[in-house]
This record gives sequence, structure tokens and C-alpha cells, in this order.
Amino acid sequence: MYTITELRKKYISGELTPTEVFDTALAAITAKDAEIHAFLAVFTDARSEAEAATVAYRKQGADTPPLLGIPLAIKSNILIKGRIASAASKILENYTATYDATVIARLRAAGAIFIGATNMDEFAMGGSTENSAFGLTRNPLDPSRVPGGSSGGSAAAVAMGIVPAAMGTDTGGSIRQPASFCGLVGFKPTYGAVSRFGLIAMGSSLDQAGPLTTTVEDAELIHSIISGADEYDATTITPDTYGDVAIKEKYTFGVPRQFLTDGIDADVLATFNAHVEALAAAGHTVVDIDLPIFEKGLAAYYIVMPAEVSSNLARFDGMRYGLSSSGDNLLDVYQKTRANGFGKEVKRRILLGTYVLSSGYYDAFYGKAELVRAKMRAELREVFKTVDVILTPTAPTPAFKIGEQEDPLAMYRQDIFTVPVNLAGVPALSFPMGTVVREGIELPIGVQYIAPHGGDARLFSIGKKIYDERR
Amino acid sequence: MTKEETLHLAKLARIELSDAEIDKFTTEMSAILEYVSTVTDIVGDDTLTAPQVGAKYNVFRKDEVTNEADEYTADLLAEMPQTQGRFMVVQKILNPDA
Repeated sequence: MYTITELRKKYISGELTPTEVFDTALAAITAKDAEIHAFLAVFTDARSEAEAATVAYRKQGADTPPLLGIPLAIKSNILIKGRIASAASKILENYTATYDATVIARLRAAGAIFIGATNMDEFAMGGSTENSAFGLTRNPLDPSRVPGGSSGGSAAAVAMGIVPAAMGTDTGGSIRQPASFCGLVGFKPTYGAVSRFGLIAMGSSLDQAGPLTTTVEDAELIHSIISGADEYDATTITPDTYGDVAIKEKYTFGVPRQFLTDGIDADVLATFNAHVEALAAAGHTVVDIDLPIFEKGLAAYYIVMPAEVSSNLARFDGMRYGLSSSGDNLLDVYQKTRANGFGKEVKRRILLGTYVLSSGYYDAFYGKAELVRAKMRAELREVFKTVDVILTPTAPTPAFKIGEQEDPLAMYRQDIFTVPVNLAGVPALSFPMGTVVREGIELPIGVQYIAPHGGDARLFSIGKKIYDERR
Repeated sequence: MTKEETLHLAKLARIELSDAEIDKFTTEMSAILEYVSTVTDIVGDDTLTAPQVGAKYNVFRKDEVTNEADEYTADLLAEMPQTQGRFMVVQKILNPDA
């Protein structure tokens, strides 16, 4: 598959047409997706949009919207008017979106074609896409392994070469970790950079939508289209919210060495160290940093996130939309609907959230976790006075085997490097830093670049130089 | 965590649990709660003194009608599990026999 930038050039020159690319993508889905299962739904009727785009390029060439005729796969927790948005949950199995999410409206206005809805962990809760109510997704690079999650279907769709890019959402690593497992670029914007209007909410103070692509340039292009203030999401920011974060020629990179000791795969660590040494050899400054609070972010995340989950998912009551199970009285309808509609990870997190918010435990859990979060932001503000970007591996391991992570706590530890980023609200970019060999197969692993609030452009600038130019 | 506590949480969360689920969640929740309790080790006895707000607060837009009458009505009604004309049908809350 070509990148978005390459496709656009070929559309303008007439070497390829959106209709041809759309048909090729559909054929690829038919050929490959029975095994991988990246898609929950394929929008074959969108072919008419590809045909219209083909005509538009013939008439107007470069004078067309920037994403015209570019096929994109969309995670199924992002609302597209008239399409099922199930969030891979039985409770929304037949829910048709009645409006476009802001990110969808902006992509649509830019000419993008939505080719299908992708599989995910139910309500974005998980790191492997095994928690989907509609069956798991396999990693296209090794089908015995998971693609990561929760945006695993989006990652697999791009990794299979079906689409040049896909949309995901990231609450604790759900774009970056699948990008790492599938050898892609994944971007989690500064909190508030992208509107959450029309995303099926998980943890509202953590959720952001972002792209999965094969180049940093494409990620930047998509981000430039979907980002910006939105009157339907009061938490969206404007460029002056955080001010300018300078783009430089040479950077100071901070490496939290203390953080890279426990539970990290030896090959991942060796590849990471080599990546850091290459940065130093290229004339950048690399310093060791200490992030005692950031390192403990995972515990705080598994309080804040379930608390927000239990509140957000209270809306699924079998009344206004979605699954409704019959019962003897109203309470019985609620309890049966939610029992039948939610999977086990979703139930587990709702119960956990209910616990940490309940009277007598609120201060000990939720209050402390929010305090950790406040202190983490202060810690990062201090560190970012002397370093420009913080580096970690994206995930502690390469893609693991399907069914390998049975224990929920072990699965949660997959997110150790990614969740503090969401708690702090800073932006982070993941791109491939190398591969490790497992059972004779080369598995990609990602490196995570973390910038201060509002530093999204800095990450794209670095990523284009370090990754795109050497790809 | 005890089974009774899990059952109480399920009641608060409006989720019916099977006996097997109660056993499983009670075990798992105990381990998870033990782990997340480490937040206290990080911040000690400190408590949050001021409410934490995001980068933006008190953001308003005009209170005005943004859609035509009935523009979404049919679509929204179509999503409802049970309707009667333009109304959603729900279970009776008051029991006249009680």
C-alpha cells in the first residue's frame, strides 16, 4: 500500500484513481480479512464516493480537498452517521450512529472515504483486541499473536496494506501499543487537541483520537485535519492554550533509566538502548532523568480510568438505544441488560470504578490517584525545563501470543509506559525502532517520544527526520 | 474483598452477576485493589487541597437551537428498543399492588 502522500500524488497525476484503490482495498479485505478479522463492517456502498472522487480528480486535479479519495478504516467507537458504531460490545451491536463525530466530519470534509469499521477491545478496554464481543483480531505479521489493542483492528488494517491509515482512540496506550506491535506509526495528541465529540466515551479526562499510519508525515497530515477547537467539546484547546513549543535542530532527550528495569523484555531494552545511542551519535544530547511519580502512574491510572468508566457506562441502561433485555421491573431490566450486554473486562472495570468512588473509599483511592496525577504534571513541568523530549519503549514486550495474558493485572502492566502520558495529558508519538526475532519471525517494536503539552508539532518534526527519512 | 462486597458493588452498578462471576471478580478485584493501593505510597498522607481542573474551564457556547424541528426524531426513535408513536416505552416504576 502507498502512503497517503504517495496516493494523493498518483491521484493528481492520474496514475491511479480512487475507484481503483477502493476496489483493490475491498479485494484485499476479501482475500486477507477472513483470517485476520480487522473489520467488523465493510462499507461497500462507499464505492460511489470513490467514483465521485475519481471524476473530481479528472476535472480539478490538485485543486481538490487534501484527503479526497483516500480510504480510511475507522475504529468502531467513533461515530459515522448511518453506520453501526458498536464499540465491539453486544450492548451496542445494533446501534446506528445518528450523527458524525467531529473527527469524522472533518475527515469527510477533507474528502476521505470510510471503508469500514474496525474491531477493538470492547469499549476500548484492553491491550490485545481479545476482548471484542465479536471475536479477536490477529496480528498480520504473525497470526498466532495479538495485534495489540485496543485499536487492534485499525492497526491490523494498516499493517495488512488494506488502507494507508486508520483512526484509533487512545485512553492509556490504545493507539501507540498496537502501532508498536504492528510496525506502524501511532500518535496520541495533547489532551484537548482533538475533539472527543462523537467518540464513545471510556475515560473522558484521558481519551484522545489519533491516527495509525505507516509514516510520521501521514500521521501529521491526519492530525492537522482532525485537530482544533470544537464548540461541542469544551475541553478542546487552542494554539494559545500552551503556547509555542519550539522546533529545533538538535534536542535534549531524557531517558528515565530507573523506569527501564523491571518487567521489560531484554531484546526490547537492547534495541531501545541502541536507538538512544544513535540519537547521541547524531549530535543530540541524551541525559538520564528521574521520574519517580511518572513511573508509578499505572496504579493511579487503574483508579482514575475505572472511575470514569463506571460513570460513562452508566448511560447504557436498555432504555433509549442499544440492547434491552426484558425484566420484571425497571431495575430488573437495567441489571439484565447490563449483565447480557457487557463483557467480563467491562464488568470488571465498572465494578472497580464503583468501588473506588464509593463512600468511604473515595478519598483513599480516587482522591489519592488525582493527587498523583497533579504531582505527575508538576514533575513533568520540572523535567521539561531541561529536556525537550522523554524517551521510553512503547511497550515492554513485542506482540504476545493470543491467550497468553490471562491474568488481568499482567495485562494491565503492558501499559506501564503509555498510561502516564494520558494521565498527564501530554502528546506522544510511537514509531518502529527495530525488530526482535521470535520463533523465526521478525516482530516490530516501537519507541515512544513524549513532548510537553502542546508539543505535537515537535514530535512530528523529530519523527519525520528520525523515522521517515530512514524508512 | 468478600463476595458480599462484590454483590453490593454489582447492585450499585446495576449489573446482575452469576455465582461464577461473583467468585472470579472477588478474587481478581482483591489483587487489583492491592496493587492500586500503592498510590498511597507515592503521595503519603497528602490530600488534594484544590480541585484539579483542566487546561480550560468555564467554556460556554450560545444556548440556541442548532437543528430543525424533527431533524433527528425519526433516527432517534428508530434506536429505541420499544416505542409507542413518538414515545419511548419503559417499565412501570410504581407498583399499584405494593
